[in-house]
Amino acid sequence: MKTSFDLKSSLRENRLFLSRASILVIFVLILFFALIARLTYLQIQTHDKYADLAQTNRVKLSVIAPVRGLIFDTHGRVLAENNPSYSLELVPEQIKDIHSTISKLSALIAISESEIKLFEKRRKQQKYFASVPLRNRLNDTEVAIFSAHRHLFPGVDIQARPLRHYPFPELTSHVVGYVGAINEKELKIIDPVNYRGSRFIGKTGIERTYENELHGHVGYQQTENTAQGRSIKVLTHTAPLSGSNLTLNLDIDLQKVAYEALGQFTGSVVAIDTRTGAIRAFVSKPGFNANLFAKGIDQTSYNALQTSSKRPLFNRSLRGQYPPGSTLKPFLGLAGLDYNTISPKQKIMCPGFYQLPKQSHKYRDWKRGGHGMTTLHDSIVESCDVYFYKLAHDLKIDRMHDFLSHFGFGQKTGIDILGEKSGLLPSRAWKKRNRKQAWYPGETLIAGIGQGFNLTTPLQLAHATAILANKGSAQSPSLVVKINDTKRQTKPITPVKLNNNEHWDLMLSAMYDVVNGARGTARKIRIGAPYKMAGKTGTAQVFSIKQDEEYEEDKVVEHLKDHALFIAFAPAKNPQLAIAVIVENGGHGGSVAAPIARAIFDEYILMSP
Amino acid sequence: MSWSFQNSPQISHYHQRKGSLLQRLHIDLTLLILLASLSSIGILILMSSGQDDFGLLQRQATRLAVAFFAMLVVAQIPPHLLKMFAPWLFLLGGFLLLGVLFFGDMGKGAQRWLNLGLFRFQPSELLKLATPMMVAWYLAERRLPPNGKHITLVTIFITIPTVLIAKQPDLGTAILIASSGLAVLFLAGVSWRIIMGVIAAGTALAPILWSFMKDYQKQRVLTFLNPEEDPLGTGYHIIQSKIAIGSGGIYGKGWMNGSQARLEFLPESSTDFIFAVFSEEFGLIGCVGLLTIYLLIFVRSIYISIQAQDTFSRLLAGSLSLTFFIYLFVNVGMVTGILPVVGVPLPLVSYGGTSMVTLLIGFGILMSIHTHRKLLSS
Repeated sequence: MKTSFDLKSSLRENRLFLSRASILVIFVLILFFALIARLTYLQIQTHDKYADLAQTNRVKLSVIAPVRGLIFDTHGRVLAENNPSYSLELVPEQIKDIHSTISKLSALIAISESEIKLFEKRRKQQKYFASVPLRNRLNDTEVAIFSAHRHLFPGVDIQARPLRHYPFPELTSHVVGYVGAINEKELKIIDPVNYRGSRFIGKTGIERTYENELHGHVGYQQTENTAQGRSIKVLTHTAPLSGSNLTLNLDIDLQKVAYEALGQFTGSVVAIDTRTGAIRAFVSKPGFNANLFAKGIDQTSYNALQTSSKRPLFNRSLRGQYPPGSTLKPFLGLAGLDYNTISPKQKIMCPGFYQLPKQSHKYRDWKRGGHGMTTLHDSIVESCDVYFYKLAHDLKIDRMHDFLSHFGFGQKTGIDILGEKSGLLPSRAWKKRNRKQAWYPGETLIAGIGQGFNLTTPLQLAHATAILANKGSAQSPSLVVKINDTKRQTKPITPVKLNNNEHWDLMLSAMYDVVNGARGTARKIRIGAPYKMAGKTGTAQVFSIKQDEEYEEDKVVEHLKDHALFIAFAPAKNPQLAIAVIVENGGHGGSVAAPIARAIFDEYILMSP
Repeated sequence: MSWSFQNSPQISHYHQRKGSLLQRLHIDLTLLILLASLSSIGILILMSSGQDDFGLLQRQATRLAVAFFAMLVVAQIPPHLLKMFAPWLFLLGGFLLLGVLFFGDMGKGAQRWLNLGLFRFQPSELLKLATPMMVAWYLAERRLPPNGKHITLVTIFITIPTVLIAKQPDLGTAILIASSGLAVLFLAGVSWRIIMGVIAAGTALAPILWSFMKDYQKQRVLTFLNPEEDPLGTGYHIIQSKIAIGSGGIYGKGWMNGSQARLEFLPESSTDFIFAVFSEEFGLIGCVGLLTIYLLIFVRSIYISIQAQDTFSRLLAGSLSLTFFIYLFVNVGMVTGILPVVGVPLPLVSYGGTSMVTLLIGFGILMSIHTHRKLLSS
C-alpha cells in the first residue's frame, strides 16, 4: 500500500522535478544570453570609447625641460652656465624605517631640523615612490662621503639638477642679470606649453632680454604609466631643443678693471667700441651676488639688497639718469658752430659769472675769478661755464634740443637689454606738455652747462661720445654679438651731418687738449700713457646752492656731493673705445672719474689681444 | 529516473561501462574535464593579472590541488550518507556562525573568519553546502509539492544562515546561500502562486531591507546605480572594470597585454575582478568561450540532477547546479556593471582558497550522486 503510494507519488514528483529543472535551464539560458548581450554592448558598441579611456589611463605625457643656453664674453669666457646641483633624495617606498635612515644619514652629512620638517611635508604631498629631496646643494665633500656609504642606504641617492651659475656674480650682476623662479605674473605671459618643465626664467639683463633664445624648446616623453603614476616604459621621445648660447661683446677683463677702478664709489662705467657699437664694459657699482637669485634668495638677503642705501639692485648704466654737467659742452659747442651763433676764433669775456640782460641774478662759473677772454677751444679745455651760458642764451633751448637729439640724448639708444631709460632732453614743448609751464630764459642757461632738466644715462653718454669720436656716424650699442653661431645684425644710427666738417676736428682737438693740453681739466691722466686720449670732464650738481653761498666740498654730506663725470675716447687720432664714467658723489670729474677711464683704456688698448 | 533520458544512447553507453575504472573511482569524466579546463584558464589569467608573481601562482595551484583532491574524496561518499550528515552539518555550521559572531577574526572590515589554531576557516563556506543539503533533507521526507507548514519551516532554515552571514557582513555569500535554499524549494515544486506572492512581497519589503543594510552596502548599490558620481571612490572599480572589458573589443589585446590590469588601474584584478582582465586580453570571443564552459558545466550538472535516483539527491544536485551558475552570473554581472558590487569571486578562476574548495566539494557531491546510482534492471 505504502509502496504503491510511494511509487505513484515518486512518479509525480519526477515529472514535477523535470518541469522545474527545465524552467531552471531556461532561466539559466536567459541569464547566459543577458551576459553575452552585455559583453557585446561593452566590447563592440562602446568599444571605441573604452579603448580611448584605456589609452588615456595608460599613456602619460611628461615634459623634459630644455637646457638653458650659456652666455660667453667676447673672448669665449663663460659668464653664465648650468652647474649640476647635488641633492640628497629619498624614495620612501624603498625605505623601511625612514626615521632611523634620516638619523643615520645625519651622522654623515649635516641635516638640519628644518630640512627634516620640509622633507616630511614634501613626502606627504608626493607619490610614495617619488624621490623626495632631504638636503639640497651638497658640496663635493658631502657627495663623496655619501657615495662611499651609499650601499648602506637603499632608497637614498644623490640627484643632480642643473642650476644656473654665474662665475662672475658681482661683475655681471646687472648686464648678464639673473634667472629666478617663475612668478605668478610671468606665468600669465609665458607659453605654458614650452615652460611646462621649466622652473626658472630670466629676470633681468641679458637673461631676461634674450629669454626666448636662451630658454630653448621643451621636449616630450610619452610613457606607459601605472595607476600610481610610476612609468613602466618609454613609448615616444621628442628630445628638447637646448637654448641658444649667447656671445656678448662684453670683455670680462675690461669689466673687472672698470669695476675695480670705481673703488669704494658707487657709479657706472660704459665702454663702447666706437667702430662697431660693441659694448665692452657695462658696469654698475655696487653689484650683487647674482647666484643668490639663481639658487632662490631668502627673504632676509633680499630685503638687505632692497633697502641698502647704495641700491645694488639698480642698474645705473641702463637706468640711472644723471645731469650730464659739463660733459654736454662738446655737443653744445658743436651746436653753436653749426648754427653759426659762434665762430671758432671768437672770444668771450668770462668774469666768473653771467647775467641775463636786465636781471640781477648771477649765474656763476665754477672758477671764482673767471677765465678771462675765452675761445670755444679754451672753454672746452678749461670747462668755462660763462662761455656756455652765453652760447645757450644765443642758441635758445629748442635749437639745443634739436641738435642734441641727433646724438641720442633724450632717447633710448636701442641697446639689446630691456628696461633702458631715455633720459631727458628739455625743450619748450616738453615743458609745456609735462609741467604746463612756460620756458624761462634762466633755464636755458643752466641747460647750457648740462644742469637743470637735463638727464642722461651713462649708456647715452658713452654712445654720444662714440658718435662724436666717429665724427657723426656710429652703430647702435649692442651687447650680444652672436646667437649660437649666427652673427647678430647691428643697426647704424642716422649719421649726424654738420654744415662744415671742420667743426668736428675743432671740437675733437679741444677734447684732445682736455687731456693733453697744459690747462686741461683731465691733464693728469695722460701721464705715462703711450697712446693719446681725448675727453671731457663734468661735475654734476646734486643740489642747488643759494646765490650768496659757496659750495664747500668738505662741508657737504656724502650723498649731496657732486657727481663726477668723464667722457673720453682713445686713441685720439684713430678712436677705438668711447667711455662714459659717472661716479656718484665723487666730486670732480677730472680727479675722480677721469683716472677710471684711463685704467680702462690701458687695459683695452695695451692689454687686450 | 526519467524516461526521456533513460533511452538516450549516451546513457546506455554509460551503463555498459558501469564497471569501468572511472565509475569505480566515482569520477564523472565530463565534469572533471570541464572543471580542469576552467581551472587551467584561471591559472593562465592569474599569470597575467598577478604581475608574474610566482608565489601567487604557486599558492593558487596548491589550493586547486587540495580542492580537486577534496572533490574526489567527497565523490566517494554515497548520497545516503550525505543525507544522513545533512542536519548535523547544518547545525554545526549554525553554531560556527554564531562563533564567528562572537570570536571571529576581522578581515577587510568584515567578521568572517574563525581561527581554529591550525587554519582559518569561514563557516559561511560550510553553509553554502549545508543549507541546500538541509532543505533537501527536510523536503525529501515530505510529500511534494510541500505544503504551507513545510514551506514556512524550510524558509526558517534558509533565513537563519542568510541573516547571520549578511550580518558579518557578507552580502554576496548571503545571497548565494539564500538562492541555493530557495532553488531547492523551487525544484521541490512550490506552487507558482506562492512564488509570485513572495516576489510581490519582496518588492514591497525592499525599502525595509534597505534600512537594515550597512552603509557600505548601501553605497555599493548607489554606486551601481550611478558609478560616474564617485569616479575615484567606490565607482572607480566599476568604471575601470568597464574600461578594461570595453577596450578588449572583439579579439582582445592578447594574453599578458591587458594594460588596465598590468598597469594596476583595475583593482582586485586577481580576485573579484579577474573576469575584466580576461575580457580585456581575450575579447568578446574569449568571453563567449569562457561563459560557454560555465554553461556546459551547468548543463552537465542539471543532467546529473535529473538522472538522480532519490529526491534528496535530485533536489541537492539541482540546487548546486543553479548556485554554481548564479555564482558566475553575479560575478560577471557585477564586473560588467549590470549588478552591484557584492564581492563574489569568479568560480574556479578568481584567486582565493576557501570558496574554491567549497565549490569543488559541491561537484564532488554531484559526482557522488551520479556514480553511486543503483542500476535498475530493465
